[in-house]
Amino acid sequence: MTTELPADIQSPSSETQIDKPSSNWLPPGLALQKVDERIMTLNVGPQHPGSGHMRLIVQIDGDYIVACDPDPGYVHRGEEKMAEYRNYITNIPHLERPVIHDSCNILYPYVLGVEELLGIEVPERAKYVRVIAAELNRCIYIMYWLAIYGIFLGHSTMFMWPTGDRELLIDLMEKMTGARVTHSHFIPGGVRNDLPANFEEVCLRQVNYFEKRIKEYAAVFYDNPILISRTQNTGVLSRQDAIRLGVTGSVLRASGIDFDVRKKEPYDVYDELDIQSIVMKEGDAYARSKIPWLDMMDSCNIIRQALQKMPKSGSVRVKLKPNPKGKGFDTVYKRVESGRGSLGCYIVSDGKPEPYRLKLSVPSFRNLIALPYLLKGELLGNMPSVYWSLNYWPVEADR
Amino acid sequence: MSVIAPKFKLSGFIQSLLDNIFWILLLFVLIGLPAVFMILIVIPLPVLDGELLTPFLALSFLANPTRILPVIHAFMTTDIFRVMAFPGFGFAALLAASVIFAERKMMAKLQLRVGPFYCGKFEGILQLMGDGLKLMSKEIIIPAKADKPIFWAAPVLFVATAAAFVALIPVAPGWVVADIDLGLLAVFAVIGFFPIITILSAWSANSKYPFIGGIRALFQMVSFEIPLILSLLGVVMVTGTLNLSEITASQSNFPWIIFLPIGAIVFFITMLAELERIPFDLPEAESEIVAGWLTELSGMLYGLVQFGSYLKLYAFAALFVVLFLGGWNGPMIVPAIPEQILTEGIEMGPITLTVDGLQSLLGNTITQEMLNGTLWFVLKTAGVIFFIILPRGVFPRVRVDILLNLGWTKLIGLCFINIFIALGLLYAGVLGPGGLQ
Repeated sequence: MTTELPADIQSPSSETQIDKPSSNWLPPGLALQKVDERIMTLNVGPQHPGSGHMRLIVQIDGDYIVACDPDPGYVHRGEEKMAEYRNYITNIPHLERPVIHDSCNILYPYVLGVEELLGIEVPERAKYVRVIAAELNRCIYIMYWLAIYGIFLGHSTMFMWPTGDRELLIDLMEKMTGARVTHSHFIPGGVRNDLPANFEEVCLRQVNYFEKRIKEYAAVFYDNPILISRTQNTGVLSRQDAIRLGVTGSVLRASGIDFDVRKKEPYDVYDELDIQSIVMKEGDAYARSKIPWLDMMDSCNIIRQALQKMPKSGSVRVKLKPNPKGKGFDTVYKRVESGRGSLGCYIVSDGKPEPYRLKLSVPSFRNLIALPYLLKGELLGNMPSVYWSLNYWPVEADR
Repeated sequence: MSVIAPKFKLSGFIQSLLDNIFWILLLFVLIGLPAVFMILIVIPLPVLDGELLTPFLALSFLANPTRILPVIHAFMTTDIFRVMAFPGFGFAALLAASVIFAERKMMAKLQLRVGPFYCGKFEGILQLMGDGLKLMSKEIIIPAKADKPIFWAAPVLFVATAAAFVALIPVAPGWVVADIDLGLLAVFAVIGFFPIITILSAWSANSKYPFIGGIRALFQMVSFEIPLILSLLGVVMVTGTLNLSEITASQSNFPWIIFLPIGAIVFFITMLAELERIPFDLPEAESEIVAGWLTELSGMLYGLVQFGSYLKLYAFAALFVVLFLGGWNGPMIVPAIPEQILTEGIEMGPITLTVDGLQSLLGNTITQEMLNGTLWFVLKTAGVIFFIILPRGVFPRVRVDILLNLGWTKLIGLCFINIFIALGLLYAGVLGPGGLQ
């Protein structure tokens, strides 16, 4: 695959080239730029209700965005470096911090990788429990994302309803793991605890009700004529550009590419379950915002299947030795489909209890790369809808 | 020592009581007494029992209800009462405050929340008072490069303009602050002030987000003023007057919304845009431009603008009621006051209490028609306000280009259709002399 960008997509800063001496370098946004008199530079964030924990340096000509330069890194916490000083078990709680409301899915590739490094076989029941937890967590993440998408478009009901309905699944996760948000449930060799008694019935009931609730969102949000007029044909990402920019997850599937890690490279028991990865061809903000919502219904289906196929009894974890270590120099790369897209974890082991190097390849950062290309030439009013439709979580991108 | 209040001391409690009494006395002396005297100086003093009522004499009447009623009556006929209290500012402010409370509770019910709950005994009814106190106690921060006089003046002007708008609304027969023949034209003139004040406030803040918000507000208000004015032309044509009281009186049989529904719909949509309500709240679009032209306002300056915008909301809803829903007209549901009380007094067992001034007060000022008209007006206004608030729960914000497209093409076209309907009704003889109305 060629690495060069298509001709119509150019670097956003190429038009307003900075003429600065190299010795006197300043961070972007602080540097004095020679720009047109007509162009106004807006610092959207980090103290802005529509930015998240990051900054967008937006240059506008009238109401049109000329250039947009995302400036992440405000919540960089050095998770990867911290992982080098902790052993494979104590790494678990801090590695889920970048996306606390999708904590099972961000731990999933790490746990899969460590299992391969240590050579552990996971019990069948634990695999199903993991799938159920991961799908529940995907729904919890998407509900949070949807709430913010709603309030970004000025739809306050769409902020309140998902945050309220999210509690259903959070309660389920609390029953399952003991914690509402940061579960630390996945460990190398299975899951931390077995399911509580009567969990299957409660889970089925809650998930069915949840699915009924989210279907009601169509009437108030997805079929709303004002929403459709605002988001359709805005921020269009074509199929070729989606491949070349390397976006993942719902953004990729909204551009007409059927790529879902659960389906293409099944891990745990996803190959035994029927997954439809939803694909739309439009590639605009409306398709990108609709796919996560349809994903939630798909997740409900997967949970129901997994509850049916799960072995009713059996062990859920393999007993590990204290301070487990890998066998000599070894590398492993595992990836899963998180709420935002393909999430990979690369672990290098040199035979010690701690990983030699750990690298998270996060979908948020890969989706953010598309933002300058999508926002160029759009109206300022489209900025929130395009920005948040990228299924981006700033804290995860910074790690 | 009590467990609930471990630091309780009787001396401290008595001291705090005395403190409160001191402040109450001080406020009464400094504000209450001058206010009473000013009112008594302003009103034309009645002659009671052959002697002229002076302020000092009036104070001695405070204990006697039969003596104080003529004073109240005299006060109610003054302009200062009309401007400050009943059809004017006080009445509108009370309604605006209840609108804020109703909006918060309504949105909460719609969004599966509780809303204001703890402040006040009943359902957080004192929440607004708490918010007002908070805003008053906050520091007012002004940007260093702001144009300070204009920045200070704009919120005050905003409230003043909204209050001027309120003054033109007839609430009950004969109860209007400014009953002028060109009333509707005066309304248009007042509405025309709002974009100017908005852009003044936005520009004087000398900041980017208020500036963008101000320009958006200017776009929106100017482009929606034309359909607003055109949509009301239908009513003016069928009534043949610009006087709002006469327009209301002309709807004694049918409200104009029956004959001119398109005009009413267009006026309602333009009203939402003029009020910067969702879905037309682009000047305050939070996720794009922070708070739009309100970004740099802080403390009570922000509070004033919010108060002004809710006064404006009430005034627009009232204008809709006056023009399309028949204003004070409605079936008589307020019972008449029994003649016996007016002439002979109230019988309570063996005692008969006669109140001298009650007959003139109830016969001339607080009449049955006035109470009934006010009741219908308030009910209709509350209904319109409900429909103004409702879109906030179900619509996202529109975009600038869609908004301008709507204002300049669709709404103006509908306005002309409405005018043709009005012309047709006039020529067909349905309305006008010899017609239905």
